Amino acid sequence: MQEENARRVISVIVVNEASVLSRITDLFSGRGYNITSLTVAPIPESRYSRLTIVTSGSIRVIEQITKQLHKLIPVLKVYEHADLVEKEMALVKFPASENITDIASLCAAYNGKIVNVGENVIITMVADEPKRVDNFLKIIMKYNPKEIVRSGAVALER
Amino acid sequence: MQISGAQMVIEALIAEGVDTVFGYPGGAIMNVYDEIYKQTSFKHILTRHEQAAVHAAEGYSKASGKVGVAMITSGPGFTNAVTGLADAYMDSIPLVIISGQVPMSLIGTDAFQEIDAVGISRSCTKHNYLVTDARDLARILKEAFYIAASGRPGPVHVDIPKDVTAQIAEFDYSVELDLETYKPHTKGNPRQIKKAMEAIAKARRPLFYLGGGIINSNAAYEVRELVQKTGIPAVETFMARGTLSHDDELLISMLGMHGSYAANMAMSETDLVIGLGARFDDRVTGKLSEFAKNAGVIHVDIDPASISKLVKADYPIVGDVKNIVNEMLESVSLINPSRYSSWRETIRNFDELHPLTYHEDSERIKPQWVIQRVGELLGDSANISTDVGQHQMWAAQFYPFSRPRQWISSGGLGTMGFGFPAAMGVKVASPEKISINFTGDGSILMNCQELMTAVEKKLPVINIILNNNYLGMVRQWQTLFYDKRHSETDLSVQPNFVKLAEAFGGIGYRVTTKEEFDAALKEAVEKNVVTFIDVVVERLENVMPMVPAGGSLFNMMLLEKKERK
Repeated sequence: MQEENARRVISVIVVNEASVLSRITDLFSGRGYNITSLTVAPIPESRYSRLTIVTSGSIRVIEQITKQLHKLIPVLKVYEHADLVEKEMALVKFPASENITDIASLCAAYNGKIVNVGENVIITMVADEPKRVDNFLKIIMKYNPKEIVRSGAVALER
Repeated sequence: MQISGAQMVIEALIAEGVDTVFGYPGGAIMNVYDEIYKQTSFKHILTRHEQAAVHAAEGYSKASGKVGVAMITSGPGFTNAVTGLADAYMDSIPLVIISGQVPMSLIGTDAFQEIDAVGISRSCTKHNYLVTDARDLARILKEAFYIAASGRPGPVHVDIPKDVTAQIAEFDYSVELDLETYKPHTKGNPRQIKKAMEAIAKARRPLFYLGGGIINSNAAYEVRELVQKTGIPAVETFMARGTLSHDDELLISMLGMHGSYAANMAMSETDLVIGLGARFDDRVTGKLSEFAKNAGVIHVDIDPASISKLVKADYPIVGDVKNIVNEMLESVSLINPSRYSSWRETIRNFDELHPLTYHEDSERIKPQWVIQRVGELLGDSANISTDVGQHQMWAAQFYPFSRPRQWISSGGLGTMGFGFPAAMGVKVASPEKISINFTGDGSILMNCQELMTAVEKKLPVINIILNNNYLGMVRQWQTLFYDKRHSETDLSVQPNFVKLAEAFGGIGYRVTTKEEFDAALKEAVEKNVVTFIDVVVERLENVMPMVPAGGSLFNMMLLEKKERK
């Protein structure tokens, strides 16, 4: 048995047309499901877009979500991932007065680097598994980050 | 062919074989109404409220099996229609609703009579479209009709800005549909069907649980054959009334909150539920954890999302119930009807213990008597619509239904005001039958303006008002669960329903005795004009049996037993 309210990643392939994103998010809100994160971008050279939705729920709820998603007319495919490669990006802005060497090596450990250096701030980027991004964001707190932005997860089945 | 967007709408409706459009014009849809004026291929029925236009289209669709069409303008025209859309969505009724929208250049500017119509209808339609270019109209309308009627049916809304209806473009309705993302499963998995049949053959106390999907799929006569050949008793949901004939010995009755004792007990005792086109709605199951507790579940449905949504299916079969029942019939010889004879006996005993009945213990007419009496007098010759409330449950319990599509009622949404306009649509679809609307003194005042439509278009709906001067069903709950605090349910102050009908050019009767009722009904049928029969009935009658909300099916409040005279 899988645990109740486990975190799940669902990919949805939809026709790239007006209001399709609303159809998806309305379904989640209307039926009381949660969205932890959602990313969407067109699939190159096709009329489709790919959404990656991170949600949580029991097996029963996830089964309903996938079925209800599939019922939407512009939805082509719904994948509920079991074995997947998952990555998320985070951008963090630090005061330039912080220890840049430390920050740079931490970023490197999490698959990232400094991407912008300004007079007052530096901006770093990491791209890693969402759990590791969580870790990274915990660790860097002592360097007084001014702003953090996360992209939400994207995933591909192995 | 180069024509305007408005002409395209007309051409598409003609190509789809539409014979009737229900609607109400207004600013943003005027271009289309101008073309309606010029054409003679279909008739337009002007209701007196947009909500009624959609309910009429629903009634038309439910009685005929065809896609119902309604047309409305933007803004308030559209918002008035939303209740109808939601109603059709909940009860899986195929409709195409065409609304006008402000011109493209004004969308998003809070223009006069502008509302984000597709934003509102998204959650209460099967699909919807905002048309931004007349060159897309042929494809969109063709898709709309196809999506509405195929798979699990439902309403499709097409919102057309005024400048798009004026735009001239090429129109070709022979476009091939290319719906790569929408391919409903209609054929059941043969191995699953075989397994299900084997499970039935092994069961000791199997029970058919018949749902409204059977009516939608036009499978009632196939289901009748399957029930006959297997000898397995059947319960019907509210939506499935008329699937089996009332005199079929294997039909127990309706189950659920106001189902019969025998039907609910059969569902509680069965060891195999054979669900056909039913969705295990909360009004049917009562407390889920106690529902058919010891039973396996076969669930046939065209909507995969309905399967195992509430009750886990051991034998899920996705497909059109008609195809699947036909396939089940092919291996029906696996099943020996005599195997279930003691089970049938058990159910007969349930029914003898607490039959579906009522007591004639009041000076006033009992509402159930009215339903039964209409059944005796009109039977198969009438189609029965209802509004929502006590009268609706009594109609479902006591009318002797004999055929599918005879019963037209708002099940899922429970929309007061549905009955009268729906009964008009029913009359349009099936003019040879008498169109009855059982209603209450609460419901009839929602959409009573349709008297005008019925008079103008000669739609002789007979509205039978079971008048207890109460918002009866809410009053019943207040009596039972709110310590008789009848908050805002006393409807003692009422219009004169006879004069109300007459004011519009219909006819009205107020009856207080059975003799008067018989005479009024007879006259109403003969006069063939829209009628109100205001029947003064016992005020405090309750619908029984009753499973309190959230209770177990087998825990019913029952009609008190009385000595028979």
